[in-house]
Amino acid sequence: MTDLLTLAATTASGLSLGITEGGSWLLRNAWLIPALPALSFLGILFFGKRMPRGGSELGIALVGIAFVLSLLTAAAWIDHRDNFEGEEVHRAVAAAEGHAAEGHATEGHAAGHPSLAVHNTVTWFELNDVTFTAGTLVDGPAVMMLVVVTLVSLLVHVYSTEYVAGDQRYTHFFAFLSLFTASMLLLVVSENTLQLLVSWELVGVCSFVLIGHWWEEKPNSDAALKAFLTNRVGDMGLIVGVTILFFTVGSALPGQFGSFSIAETNALAGAGRLSHTALLVASCCLMAAVMSKSGQFLLHTWLPDAMAGPTPVSALIHAATMVVAGVFMIARMYGVFFEGFSIGGSSINLMALIGGLTTLVGACLAFVQRDIKKVLAYSTISQLGYMVMALGVGAWTAALFHLFTHAFFKACLFLGSGAAAHAVHSFDMKSDMGGLRKHMPHTYRTFVIGSIALAGLPPLAGFWSKDEILVGTGGWGLFGGTGGNGAYTFMLVMGVTTAALTAAYMTRCIYLTFFGEFRGHGTPHESGPRIVVPLWILAGLAIVAGLLNLPKGFPLVPGSLQERFGHFVEPVAAYFPSISHGTPSWSLAIASTLVVLSGIAVAGWYYFVKVEAASKAAGESLTELPDGLTSRYPLAKMGHTFLVQKYYLDHLYTDIIAGGTKGPVAAAAYKVDQDVIDGVVNAAGENAVKAGNLVYHRFDQLVVDGIINTSGRASSGAGGELRKIQTGKVQDYAAILFAAATVLAGILIVIV
Amino acid sequence: MLLNQFLLLAAALFAIGVYGVLARRNGVLVLMSIELILNAVNINLVAFSAVRATVGGEIFALFIIAVAAAEVGVGLAMVLLLYRNRRSIDLAGIDQLRG
Repeated sequence: MTDLLTLAATTASGLSLGITEGGSWLLRNAWLIPALPALSFLGILFFGKRMPRGGSELGIALVGIAFVLSLLTAAAWIDHRDNFEGEEVHRAVAAAEGHAAEGHATEGHAAGHPSLAVHNTVTWFELNDVTFTAGTLVDGPAVMMLVVVTLVSLLVHVYSTEYVAGDQRYTHFFAFLSLFTASMLLLVVSENTLQLLVSWELVGVCSFVLIGHWWEEKPNSDAALKAFLTNRVGDMGLIVGVTILFFTVGSALPGQFGSFSIAETNALAGAGRLSHTALLVASCCLMAAVMSKSGQFLLHTWLPDAMAGPTPVSALIHAATMVVAGVFMIARMYGVFFEGFSIGGSSINLMALIGGLTTLVGACLAFVQRDIKKVLAYSTISQLGYMVMALGVGAWTAALFHLFTHAFFKACLFLGSGAAAHAVHSFDMKSDMGGLRKHMPHTYRTFVIGSIALAGLPPLAGFWSKDEILVGTGGWGLFGGTGGNGAYTFMLVMGVTTAALTAAYMTRCIYLTFFGEFRGHGTPHESGPRIVVPLWILAGLAIVAGLLNLPKGFPLVPGSLQERFGHFVEPVAAYFPSISHGTPSWSLAIASTLVVLSGIAVAGWYYFVKVEAASKAAGESLTELPDGLTSRYPLAKMGHTFLVQKYYLDHLYTDIIAGGTKGPVAAAAYKVDQDVIDGVVNAAGENAVKAGNLVYHRFDQLVVDGIINTSGRASSGAGGELRKIQTGKVQDYAAILFAAATVLAGILIVIV
Repeated sequence: MLLNQFLLLAAALFAIGVYGVLARRNGVLVLMSIELILNAVNINLVAFSAVRATVGGEIFALFIIAVAAAEVGVGLAMVLLLYRNRRSIDLAGIDQLRG
């Protein structure tokens, strides 16, 4: 690979890739971070059962080391981002006319390229003269993800030691938790799309195993299968997209068949060297992969069912691994998407539309769930839609920032819901929860903090990232303009609507879980420190994480503390498209906060005033008004049923698409079979019988049968004779073997 | 020229080994005879390697030694199981696969 990557002066024909092969040791050896949990997986798998704590201590130790390494890597990156002045890697490209440019240009470098990604590869395998590499591409987003994934995974590991304690497959659970982490970390540092694909599949397999952890119960194994199969649909898109990119990039590089390199692909796409059609098709294919993996609308149906898995797994899936893999993939291949969907300067595109729809659709569904984890699952779908929408409108940094903050508060909420469910032995908010505020004060407080962060009230984390996304749509233009990449007004409306819905459904969820009177059996107790401490750590992060990316020009804060996240995470390099940033707007921030407050107010009025009063009147803890909207207005009832049935998407998939192909197609095939084919067959058959009879008597009986019978008798006789040498004794066989070898050797000597 | 002597030694060993494999009825002795055959080959390889002044043959011989060790491990395990099941390692009695 290195001889193909030529170091060239910026003025030469070489294309700058925005990567370097220098940099500090930590950045060049980021492969260590995924390797540690992978090692832990093997260790737990082989020796876990013999360890005093069933292997969990090994998992926690190695993931802990990986977390410390990630922090050190982040520190190294912060230094690298501003102070690195090393050589940048250039790449010879085919001339625009289609002739090969002089490939290996002269050596040279332009000093002072901060933000160069650190690239480190080894040859994976070679086929003819095509070299496939494996390696790491460490830059801002990768480092950010390393920290988030290892942190959430570490907390989930600790939490799980109490949550799944006593489980019959305790060791197995921790082994796959480690492999899950390792796969996601590998995906994050992947240098090429092939490696990305491999880790993508690994993540899928691990989620399958963990969702189906309690596979003895049919719904759990069904959910695992559904998750796996739905993801297969999208994975096909990923494979096709990656293949298209491989050949497209190959056509732009002289003397090369293709390339999987992410940096090359993005740099070539950004430089306009790749065909727009190919990029558009590839983007659509990759988008299909994102839709399945990140639970975007139409392929999101697996995600709520995946709640069948143990809660720590849900937290891991929703906060750090699995579902954010799709968002991260878009962020990684952003050069391709930016060109493919023409994100800059348009007002609508496929990605923004899917993201926007998902965010609304998910938020609406969260209203009708009884299961606390399903509320959170639909909330994740909605927030992932937010991220995809942000990427679709070109607010790349905002999307990644939202991913970052969302990881903390969503992990906090999931672990909190798990703690509550652990105490009452059920996930059903309506029949088994309520009033937990008094019994579980820590869970209650952290859950409320997580909810406020999710709803996006200042100054908690979710506010800052959500506001940045809304700014990034550039759709606030009517009220003074926020810049951004285009005028995505439609997306802005969707985003703001979702903000209100989010606030409202979280209010409902908190009321049903923590207020009113306890409706379950027994007395719930607060969980132990191994559950409470991770909750508080995550709640703390949910409060402060947003301060990492204070908008530019924020008063009272020195400029060196503004936009730190954007500065260190967003690449300023050739493999990354030049996106424009929105200008923060006070009016938008205030408006969105008011919208959130109104959402809380409406839901709060319904539950804390009306339902509370009705409960008092009825003398029991109610979960909804006996004469609510749905019972009074048929239209509202219909809407409610529509939501409870999840937009009938599951029916669409299983009954109409799968059943449709089975039913009418089968009937039509049967009709064709009976009338057309059978007719032909019957006619042919009758004639054949006549001809056959003739042949039978004259030819078959006499000639053919004669031959067959004779050969049959001959082989039967020969078999009978040969049977005698099959003595079953090994030494007789050896004797035949040696004899044959001797004869063959003799023949060889005589002939040669 | 020493090559001929080595080749003769190897041939003798090989012949002894073949005799052992074919004629002995004791499973362990058959395994030992197989070792003889393998070592006859080793001698050939090393002898040729020395004459041609290359290391290819010696490397091969090393590989064969390693593989032979693995093979004898499997073989002895089979003999052990045989003994557990039949209380005998007489190969003549094992003819369940007779046609």
